Amino acid sequence: MTGKRVTFSNTWLAALLIAPQLLLVFTFFYWPAGEALYWSFTLEPPFGGENQWVGWQNFKTVFEDPLYWNSVRISVIFALSSTALAMGIALILATFVDRQLPGYQAYRFMYFWPYAVAAPAVGLAFRFIFAPDAGFVSALNQWYPGIWNPARDGFDAVVLITLANAWSMVAYNFIFFLAGLQSIPRSLNEAAAMDGSGVLRRMADIQFPLLAPTFFFLVVINLTDSFVNSFGIVDITTAGGPARATDLMVYKIYSDGFKGKDYSLAAAQSLVLMLLVISLTFIQFRYVERRVHYT
Amino acid sequence: MVERTPILNILTHLILIMGLIMLLVPLWIVFVASTHDFRTVNTVPMPLWPGNQMVANYTLAWQQSGFGPKMLNSFIVAIGVTAGKIAIAAISAYSIVYFNYRFRSLFFWLIFVTLMLPLEVRIVPTYAVAANVLRPYQELLDATGISTILGALAGIKITLPEWSMLNSYTGLILPLIATATGTFLYRQFYLTVPDELAEAAKMDGAGPLRFFWDVLLPLSKTNMAALGTIMFVYSWNQYLWPLLIITDIANYGTAVMQLQRIVPGPLFGEPPRWHIAMAGTLMVMTPPLLVVIFMQRWFVRGLVSTDK
Repeated sequence: MTGKRVTFSNTWLAALLIAPQLLLVFTFFYWPAGEALYWSFTLEPPFGGENQWVGWQNFKTVFEDPLYWNSVRISVIFALSSTALAMGIALILATFVDRQLPGYQAYRFMYFWPYAVAAPAVGLAFRFIFAPDAGFVSALNQWYPGIWNPARDGFDAVVLITLANAWSMVAYNFIFFLAGLQSIPRSLNEAAAMDGSGVLRRMADIQFPLLAPTFFFLVVINLTDSFVNSFGIVDITTAGGPARATDLMVYKIYSDGFKGKDYSLAAAQSLVLMLLVISLTFIQFRYVERRVHYT
Repeated sequence: MVERTPILNILTHLILIMGLIMLLVPLWIVFVASTHDFRTVNTVPMPLWPGNQMVANYTLAWQQSGFGPKMLNSFIVAIGVTAGKIAIAAISAYSIVYFNYRFRSLFFWLIFVTLMLPLEVRIVPTYAVAANVLRPYQELLDATGISTILGALAGIKITLPEWSMLNSYTGLILPLIATATGTFLYRQFYLTVPDELAEAAKMDGAGPLRFFWDVLLPLSKTNMAALGTIMFVYSWNQYLWPLLIITDIANYGTAVMQLQRIVPGPLFGEPPRWHIAMAGTLMVMTPPLLVVIFMQRWFVRGLVSTDK
């Protein structure tokens, strides 16, 4: 139910109040989304004029391009590994903060900070820290020259953006895991303690299973976020290189659309990414409906 | 808890301290690097303690990038988005929850669906719309035949003027407001307000606007603070969108955009002046960091309730 028992009946006022939001959403959301659909099935003639209907041709071009599959493969690896890393670390930190030993507020307070840092700023900081010729990790190169160079080695570059992305997402996951842990009734934990189970046993058998809903929610959010919000990090640290080793899907859309000026190809790729994000969100909604409450 | 677990307690602190190091050391390194001179910052490994070049580096970074006007632009955009979002979310959710009309669930779903596709995914067509905002309406008029009918009846051809949002504050702000996060948060809040309040207000003869202004808005203060902190951080940290629509960097460039121009390295054939780059990075990340630190309570509340 979206409404109330007690309502006002002034329809004109209601329309006036909702109009700005609907106008914005139409202009900057529905129209562009529709236009992406239109562009992905049409091509702009080289000498101007109306777009011509070409059916699935743009998608065929995209799907037959090995560079596109390269970008999909990297995006998936990047999303999965940074999600696993960020969630794993956040889960450990949250469970131990939740033990509420003396001084736990200080940890809780400072774990939030990375959330505030903009993606390109994270990128720039990590680019410096992991630079092959300055900063810290370069000490590895003094020990064994050439072992670490994200500007030359594709694998190193992927490791670099994954670490940067995971670092910036830990704080968000931490907040949600902690909120999830705090919503588990204290009495459950106490009862288990009375029955003689230790701290670690209680984590494994009570806290982690009861965190499952938060966990799945975060998996979806993290994956979506890594597919969508990675532009800032990639653009600053590696710019898609070396040799397209970090050419993530969002970055490829940007470079095909705005550097290559090929709107149709970029629109077709956007549409694929949209479907991916929508299906992830859809899984989440289905699951949110069945969300379990413990209190 | 009840039991004594001295060893596990020490282990807990060790793990938590390791977490702290992992999360805060990058920020510390950025700070330390920004206080050394060119030679020290490029020694491997770099010292872990601040040097004495702080003032010089920051002055240089500030002047070189023209951070004065850029920070001001970022503030204008962040405050514009925050205020706009709160205002629009409050009134549209009010319309959906407190009025009874036919299409309100449809409208709610139309707004709610926008949560699914972030700006980055539909960036190319949104850019095209921003280049001429009235084009969708012109095409709608043409497609529905309204312009033909009017042309035949009155002999006037309707051509909406071209309105480009590229290189403007409206272009930076409006597309960021066009999502459902705030509306959803406000709707949830209105649903928790007891019906008796509206009843009493009606009984006392208050109209809908009066009730909204005098009863609901004051009640929603914490809601506002929560949404405000989230939106400030979100809009300050925007990167891709400003990068696309702002070409007039001298007048409309934002602070975060500037990061792309201070990346040192062989890319631009310059010496790696990391100390200046790190000073710039720290300055750009400070305002949202302060918001998160000082508004933590509201911030966490907003985050947990907007996304759930």
